[in-house]
Amino acid sequence: MEEKFINLTLKVWRQKLGEKKGKIETYQAKNISTDASFLEMLDIVNDDLTIKGIEPIAFDHDCREGICGMCGQVVNGYAHGEEKGTTLCQLHMRRFKDGDTVFVEPFRAKAFKVVKDLVVDRSAFDKIIQAGGYITAKAGGAPDANNLPVTYETCELAMNGAECIGCGACVAACPNASAMLFVGAKISHLALLPQGRPEAAKRALAMVRTMDSCGFGNCSNERECEASCPKNIEITNIARLNREFLSAGVCSTAM
Amino acid sequence: MQLNSNVPSGPLEGKWDRYKFDLKKVNPANKRKFEVIVVGTGLAGGSAAATMADLGYHVKNFCIQDTPRRAHSIAAQGGINAAKNYPGDGDSVYNLFYDTIKGGDYRAREANVYRLAQNANAIIDHCVATGVPFAREYGGLHANRSFGGAQVSRTFYARGQTGQQLLLGVYGQLSRQIGLGGVEMYARRDILDIVIVDGCARGVICRNLVTGEIERHSAHAVVLATGGYDNVYFLSTSGMHSNVSACWAAYKKGAAFANPCYTQIHPTCITVHGDYQSKLTLMSESLRNDGRIWVPKKAGDNRSPEQIPENERDYYLERKYPSFGNLVPRDVASRNAKMACDEGRGVGNTGLAVYLDFTEAIQRDGEDVIRAKYGNLFQMYDKIQDEDPYKVPMKIYPAIHYVMGGTWVDYNLMTTRNGLFCLGGANFSDHGANRLGASALMQGLSDGYFVLPYTIGGYLATQSLTDVDTSHQAFKDSETQLNEKLNKLMNINGKRTVDDIHKELGHYMWEYCGMARNDAGLKEGIQKISALREEFWQNVNVTGSSKDFNQTLEKGYRLADYLEFGELLARDALTREESCGGHFREESQTEENEAKRDDENFCHVAAWEYAGEGKTPILNKEPLVFESVKLTQRSYK
Ligand SMILES: Cc1cc2nc3c(=O)[nH]c(=O)nc-3n(C[C@H](O)[C@H](O)[C@H](O)COP(=O)(O)OP(=O)(O)OC[C@H]3O[C@@H](n4cnc5c(N)ncnc54)[C@H](O)[C@@H]3O)c2cc1C
Ligand code: SF4
Ligand code: FES
Repeated sequence: MEEKFINLTLKVWRQKLGEKKGKIETYQAKNISTDASFLEMLDIVNDDLTIKGIEPIAFDHDCREGICGMCGQVVNGYAHGEEKGTTLCQLHMRRFKDGDTVFVEPFRAKAFKVVKDLVVDRSAFDKIIQAGGYITAKAGGAPDANNLPVTYETCELAMNGAECIGCGACVAACPNASAMLFVGAKISHLALLPQGRPEAAKRALAMVRTMDSCGFGNCSNERECEASCPKNIEITNIARLNREFLSAGVCSTAM
Repeated sequence: MQLNSNVPSGPLEGKWDRYKFDLKKVNPANKRKFEVIVVGTGLAGGSAAATMADLGYHVKNFCIQDTPRRAHSIAAQGGINAAKNYPGDGDSVYNLFYDTIKGGDYRAREANVYRLAQNANAIIDHCVATGVPFAREYGGLHANRSFGGAQVSRTFYARGQTGQQLLLGVYGQLSRQIGLGGVEMYARRDILDIVIVDGCARGVICRNLVTGEIERHSAHAVVLATGGYDNVYFLSTSGMHSNVSACWAAYKKGAAFANPCYTQIHPTCITVHGDYQSKLTLMSESLRNDGRIWVPKKAGDNRSPEQIPENERDYYLERKYPSFGNLVPRDVASRNAKMACDEGRGVGNTGLAVYLDFTEAIQRDGEDVIRAKYGNLFQMYDKIQDEDPYKVPMKIYPAIHYVMGGTWVDYNLMTTRNGLFCLGGANFSDHGANRLGASALMQGLSDGYFVLPYTIGGYLATQSLTDVDTSHQAFKDSETQLNEKLNKLMNINGKRTVDDIHKELGHYMWEYCGMARNDAGLKEGIQKISALREEFWQNVNVTGSSKDFNQTLEKGYRLADYLEFGELLARDALTREESCGGHFREESQTEENEAKRDDENFCHVAAWEYAGEGKTPILNKEPLVFESVKLTQRSYK
C-alpha cells in the first residue's frame, strides 16, 4: 500500500498517578504516515503535547517488535487493536482511515490496576509464575541435552504455548478478566516436555491457586482471550490446563 | 590506572578449571550473610541473580521494565552457539573458540573466549533442563543451523524467538528464587549511581520509575548487567529503554570503559522509513541460511526484482567470498551492502537497500518448510513493510545492532573498581571488534550461570568488608548529586523535545561514527556532539514532575548520559587508527577494501578512565597477548 498521511481524533484515557479515577481527553493526531506504527503515532502526539506544555500520555512499551509483551492498550474496544495476531507496537496506521476517531484506553481488570494513563500493573502475572511456572534445575547438574528425546510434534506444541509474551490482552479481553489463557499456555509448555513432568501436578495446583488469589475471574468459554491474543495462543491450552489441574487434584501426594 | 586482566597462566585448555580450583570459596552457611545487588534481568543479570540465590547469597535484583521477563534479551531471534557437534560436522570447543576469536578480528582476550567456548555446551544442557524448547529433528534430537563466520552448524534455536525462550527459561529460574525469598525483585527502577565506600562498590542509588522516589540500596558487591548502549545512535534494534547510564555512572566512579568504538552494524535490518521512526527491526542472520543477497549488476536499474534476469543480478557475497558465501560475518556483509549502494546499485525508493531473496529456497524446499523455520520473521516483515516476503524479495539494509565495547572487566568479570562486576552485553569482554551471530546469548548465560557465581565468591571470601548501610555519608552525597541533576533537567523548560535532540545525536553518530569512519569526520563529529550537549542543557523541555511516573524525564537523563558517552565513542574511534571488525577506518584498508588491522600498534584493549568533569579522559592500554592462535589477516574468501 502506498504511504499516505492521515489525520485522526484521539480519545485518550488520562489518569493521574495514585488516583482512582480518570477521564477521556481529546487530542488531534495530525499528518500521520500510514507506515508509522501505532506507538510511533503516539510519539508524534506526545511530542506535540510537550511543545504545548501538556504532559505527554504515559504508555508502556520497550521492544516495539511484538516480543517483549510490554505494550498493550485497548484501541476502539479491542485489546491491541482490531487486527488479529498483532501487538499494539506492530499495529500500523495503514489500518486506519483519514478522519477516524480512535478510542485509546488501558487494559482493565480487577487484577491489573491502572498506574497512570495507559500504564497498568501486571505484576499478578509474575506472582503466578513465581508460584510454580518453572522447572527446578541447578546450574551445572544437567544431563546432555540430547538425553531426553522429544518428538518434533511435541516440541512444536510446547513451543506454541511457550510463545506467550505475558502481555495481558487475554485478561483485558475476557468479560470475567480470567487469566486462564496465560496460565494454560505456561502449563502446557512445561507439562508437554518430559523434563517438566516431575513437577507438573504441583505446578498446576500452585499456579491455579495463585491465579485465584490474585483476583482473576473464572473462565466461561467466551473465547475472547483467543481472539485478542497477539501470539495466537489457542484455547486448547486451557483444556490442557484443566486436565493437568484435575489429575493433580486426584493425585493427593501433590497437594 | 592498573589494568590487570588476572588471566591465569598455563595451557589455555586448563586455565579455567585450575582457576576455579584456586579460587577461595565462601562456605554455604556464610553465603547467607552476603548481599549482592544485580542490576538487570536479561540473560546475564537474570541468570546470575538466580544462580547466586540458589547458592545461598541474598540477591537484590533490579530492572527498568515492569517485570524481569521483558529484558531486551527477549528480542534475540536467531540462536545460540555451542560446540556439541550434534550434526557430526567436526565441531569442537577449540573450533568454536577459534571462530569466535577470529570473528572478533583478534581483539579479544584468548582466555576469556576459550572459557566461553568451554561453557557453551553446559549452557545448552542447562537450558534444556529448565524447559527451553529448542527445535528438534523428527527423531527427537536437537536440530542445528548455521550462522555467519562458521563453516559448521552449531546454532541451537527456537523458531525465530531463541532469545525469548532463553529469557523465559532464566525468568523461570529467577521467579523460583523470588518465590523462595532468595531474590528480592525491584522492577521499574533505574539505577543512576553506584555508591563507593572505602574504594569498594557497596550500593546503588535508583529512581523508582512509578513514584519518582530516589531510593538507596546497600550490598557487599554490585553487579551490572544492563545490556548495550546501541541507542546512542537513536535508531537501533535495541529496546527503547536501552541505556548507558548505569555503566556511565560506574565509569565516573572508577570503572574504566573499554573499546566504546566497537559497534556492530547488522547487515539485514528492515530499511529506514520516515523521520518519525522510533526503532529499527532486525531480520535475523539465520535468514542467510536460505536467503540470497543480491543487487542489480547495473547502477540505476530500477526494474522490479522479478523482471531482472539471473545474469543481470550480482550475488556479490557469493561472488566475492565463495567459501562463506552469504554467511560471511556481519561486518563484512554490512560493508559490502554499503559499497553496493554507494555504487548506485541499491534498490527500493531510497536506493538504500539490497535484496534478500528466498525464491530459490521456496522452490527447493516448499513454502511450508520456510514458514516453519522463519514464519514469525516473515510475518514481522510483512507487518512493517506491508509486502509479502514469500512473493517479493525482502529489502534490507545495515543498521546498528550490537556493541562490542563496554565496561572493562578482568577474568573475574570485575571492573577496575573493587566489588563492582559487569556481565553480558554491558561488558567488553568476549567479542573483540566484531561479534559473531549467536554468541551474545551464549556470553550472557556463560557469565551469569557459570562464571560470576564462582568468581564473586573469590572476591567476597578474600575481603574484609565492614558493615555499611544506606545511612552512610556516601549514599547521602550520591543522592544529593543526583537530585541536583534531576532538578536542573526539570527546570530548563526549553524549546526542543528529548527525542528531537536524541535524533540529532543519532544522526551525528551514524554520519561520523557509523559504518565508515575517518580522521576529519570524527573530529567534526566530536565538535558537533559537544555543541549539541550544550544545547541540550539550555534548550531541552522536560515536562511534568520528577516525583511522578515521568517517561520524558527518564528519556531525558538517559540522553544526557548518551551526549557525554557519544563523545567518548568518537574519541576512541579517532584514537584507533586501524580498521578491525566493525570499526572501519577509511585510512586503513586493503586493496580489496577489507578492514586492515595494525597489530603492531593497536593490538590492545583501549580502556578509558574518567578524569573529572570537563577533562579529557585518560587512555589506558591492555596489551592482548596471543599464545594459542596466530594473528592473520581475516579472510572469508
Ligand atoms: C533484535 C536482536 C536480536 C538478537 N539476536 C541474537 C541472536 O540471535 N543470538 C545472539 O547470540 N545474540 C543476539 N542478540 C544480542 C543479544 O540478545 C544481547 O546481546 C543479549 O541478550 C544481552 O543480554 P544482557 O543480559 O546483557 O542484556 P539485556 O537483555 O539487554 O538486559 C538488560 C537488563 O538491564 C536492565 N537495565 C538496563 N539499564 C538499567 C538501569 N540503568 N537500571 C536498572 N536496570 C537496568 C534492563 O531492564 C534489563 O533487565 C540480539 C539482539 C537484538 C537486539
Ligand atoms: S496468552 Fe496471549 S494475550 Fe494472554 S498474555 Fe499470553 S500472549 Fe498475551
Ligand atoms: S513493545 Fe514489546 S511487544 Fe510491543
